Parts: sequence; C-alpha cells; structure tokens
Amino acid sequence: MHPSHNEHTLKAFDGDLTSLRGLIAEIGGRAEKAVQDAMLALATHDLALAQQVIAGDAKIDALEDQIDRLVIQTIALRAPMADDLRELVAALKISGVVERMGDYAKNIAKRVALVDANHNIEAADLLPAMADATRQLVDDAFTAFARRDADLAVAVCAQDKTVDDFYNSIFHALIAHMIANPDHVGAGTHLLFIAKNLERIGDHATNVAEMVFFAVTGQSMNERERGDDALAPVRHAF
Amino acid sequence: MRLRFICAIALKNVGNLLMTETALAQEPVAHTQAPHKMSAHNVKVFYGTNEAIKGVSIDIDMDNVVAFIGPSGCGKSTFLRTLNRMNDTIASARVEGDITLDGQDIYSSAMDVVQLRARVGMVFQKPNPFPKSIYDNVAYGPRIHGLATAKAELDQIVENSLVRAGLWNEVKDRLNESGTALSGGQQQRLCIARAIAVDPEVILMDEPCSALDPIATAKIEELIHELRGRYAIVIVTHNMQQAARVSQKTAFFHLGTMVEYGDTSDIFTNPKQDRTRDYITGRYG
Repeated sequence: MHPSHNEHTLKAFDGDLTSLRGLIAEIGGRAEKAVQDAMLALATHDLALAQQVIAGDAKIDALEDQIDRLVIQTIALRAPMADDLRELVAALKISGVVERMGDYAKNIAKRVALVDANHNIEAADLLPAMADATRQLVDDAFTAFARRDADLAVAVCAQDKTVDDFYNSIFHALIAHMIANPDHVGAGTHLLFIAKNLERIGDHATNVAEMVFFAVTGQSMNERERGDDALAPVRHAF
Repeated sequence: MRLRFICAIALKNVGNLLMTETALAQEPVAHTQAPHKMSAHNVKVFYGTNEAIKGVSIDIDMDNVVAFIGPSGCGKSTFLRTLNRMNDTIASARVEGDITLDGQDIYSSAMDVVQLRARVGMVFQKPNPFPKSIYDNVAYGPRIHGLATAKAELDQIVENSLVRAGLWNEVKDRLNESGTALSGGQQQRLCIARAIAVDPEVILMDEPCSALDPIATAKIEELIHELRGRYAIVIVTHNMQQAARVSQKTAFFHLGTMVEYGDTSDIFTNPKQDRTRDYITGRYG
C-alpha cells in the first residue's frame, strides 16, 4: 500500500500531522547536530562547544515533551486510524529514542574535558570515522521518516553493522593499548565509553528506522542480520 | 457445579434433538453441516435496472460480531437487508446470488419468510416499539410464533428477553406501561428484547445507535458484547469508532462492492486496500 497523498476532509488534522512531522525533523536534526558537535569538540578539545552540546540537550528534552503532548492530543481529538495511527505511534516512540540519542551525545560532550587533549592514543584514531558513520545513520533514519521510505529504513538497519564493526575494532585496540600502557587507562576508558555511546546512538537510529518501517508498511521489520553482537568483543577479550 | 454441568448436557441434548427435528422437517436429504452460520455468494441486488450491490460474498460466523461500514449509499444497508429478505418488501428490488443460513438457501421457494425473519431478527435505526405495553411488545413475537402455551411460560420469555437486553431492572415494575413512553435508548433495548424473544440465531442491526445519546449508545454496545456468541450479530454503522469497539470482523463497502473484509483490528490499523484506508482515516471524497 502506498502512502496516501490525499488530504483529510478535516484540514485541521492535516495541520496536526504537519506540525508533528516538523517537530520530528527538528528533534532529529538537533540530535544529529549534537553528535557531530560533541565529536568535533572532542577532536579539537573545544570545551565551549562541548558545553554548548550539554546545554542544548535540554531543548531536545523539551521537544520530546512537546511531541508526546501533540501525539496524545491528536489521538484524543482526531481518533486516527490506519497509517495515521501508525505514524502517531511511531512518532511517540521515536521521540523517546531521540531523547536517548541526545543523552548519549551529551555524555560524549561531558567527557571532552576529561580526556587529555594530547592523549596520543592511536587506538582512538577510528573514532571520527565511526562518528561519521553514526551521524549518517541518524541522518538516514530521519530522512526515511520524512519521506516515509521503508527501503531506506531497511538500509539503515543493515548499515548499523558498520557502526558495530567500528566499535568492536576500537574496543579491541583500546583494550590492547591500555594493557600495554597502564597510565592511559583513564583516557582510554573515556574513549571506550565514547565509542560505546556512538554504538548505542547507531542502535537507536535503527530503532527509529524500525518505527518508520512499521508506520509505512504496518509490518514489523524482520530480524536483521546484525553480525557480532555488542558484547562479543568483551567475551573475546576476557 | 456438577448439577450445572449435567443441566448443560441435558440442554445441549434437547437442543440437538430440536435441531434434528428441524433438519428432518426441512431437509430430508443427508444434512451436511455448514461451516458458517450464514454465507453469501456473489450476491447482486437490483433496484429496477440499477445495480445497487455488485456481487458480494461473505461468511458470517456465530463467534463474531460483524460490522459493515462505508459511506452513505455504498450498499451496506441494502446488503444487510438481503440477509433476512427485507428487500422482498420493495417491489422493484431483485436479488441474485446465493445466501444460506446453516447451509439452507434462504431465497429458495421452500423457505418460509416469516420463519426466516424469526431466525434472522432485525433492529432498526429508529427505535420502533409497537404502541402497546412493554410486556406486549416483547410478547408479540412469541405469541404469533406460538412459542409459549401458558401465561407463565410467556412471562418467563418476556423476563428473559428483557434481562438479556439489559432492560429488565429498569422496567420490571411497569411492564404494563406503553413501550413508547420509554427513553430512546430504552426503546431501542426494548426492540432488541423483542428481537431476542423469538429466539433468533442471527440479529441484524441497522444503525442501532444513530438516534441515541452517548450513554444509551454505550449501553447498546455493552449489550452487543453480552449477546455475542449466543447470536451471530451483524451491525451496520456510520460510526467507525463504534465498529472498532463492538466488532471482531469488519467489512468495508463502497459503491455497491465489498472492498475489504477482515479482522477489525487489522482493518483499522493496517487495511490492505487504499480505498479502505482513505475512508477510515477520513480522506474519503
């Protein structure tokens, strides 16, 4: 079934849905920017930018609240059905997921000040590439929502493996580095958490994509091939 | 508990006996059990040359309340009325196709229409109690069908019917008052009691709540839940929320065709047809 382009007989309902899509685009954009800025702050040791990311999280939280209220109000007042209902439920879940993404970005930003600007840990060299892959995943997930594109949603879930692979690789490298350089354990642990945060953001991007898929098709996305699970490197290392 | 069990078996056996009697009387050949309570196959209805229903097939089972939804003029009421031959009363109406009740063709010449309408009862949009007492409204059907021989028996049927229709407690002390003196919602429940009194197998409801306020509507909807399983119920409604609330199966009609028929939960969350989706989400027309 293709998404309908017909307007509702009740125009105000279309107005509600348009507002909601705008809010989802905004919260998604802010989460994506927060990840990008947090990683930039880390790379350039820009404490002011990190602080900006931390402060900006409140706006994401406020948007989540606003989306939740609009969804509940629309369900109560418009009695939505079929694809309208699915989109509203998806929006409600997506807002919660994006709020978590924001928290992870904020957590990365908080660690900027704690990692020595000149840590010189080679094992962390892959972090910017991992961050790019993660940011792209988030971007694609919200593009899929805006376009009601089930195929792109599936692609996002498949692409998440790239982020997971980055994480596994960084994990192994950092562990090996910390074993060899015990005085880097502090910075190494922060970098490890940062990689973990990016990996979780990637997972949440797939959650968004799964909700988009549900909203568009009415079906749950099949279990995808995820490759190594997130705990695999931990088991391998110890 | 044990006594109730024995009673249940006894009742079931009596029921089986009665069924056998009926089957023997109406169909001497070996009776193959019909899987559905009612089945319609390729039903067409013409008003003169105008084809109002264009080949509808549907199965109706005892376990489910079936809702017919669709815009005005889509044919849902017309189709509903074919299920107990109410269209017979319209001179220009002609019905083609097969409709069976327990496997028997309801349009065959052997079918007694009065008997059919006792087995397939109907409740209308506007409550239409007879200008008689509450008691007589309910007793009317059992009397003309000879379902009771003694006054006590008739009293029991009236009471049971009013209890099942959820009206007994409100009217038990004034059974001799006129049915038309009741409120709209009570009148509609009286009409349901009247339909139940002749012990039907199927109850057809044509917009039963459209003339009622929300509280009376909720009572009818609760009643439909209570009656489910005992009778096969088909309800035509303009109110999609009502269809969603009371039915397990929903059929969407449009321009004389049945566009989609499926589980109510699927129809309202994930309809397969674009036309169904556009209608239930308020994008139609």
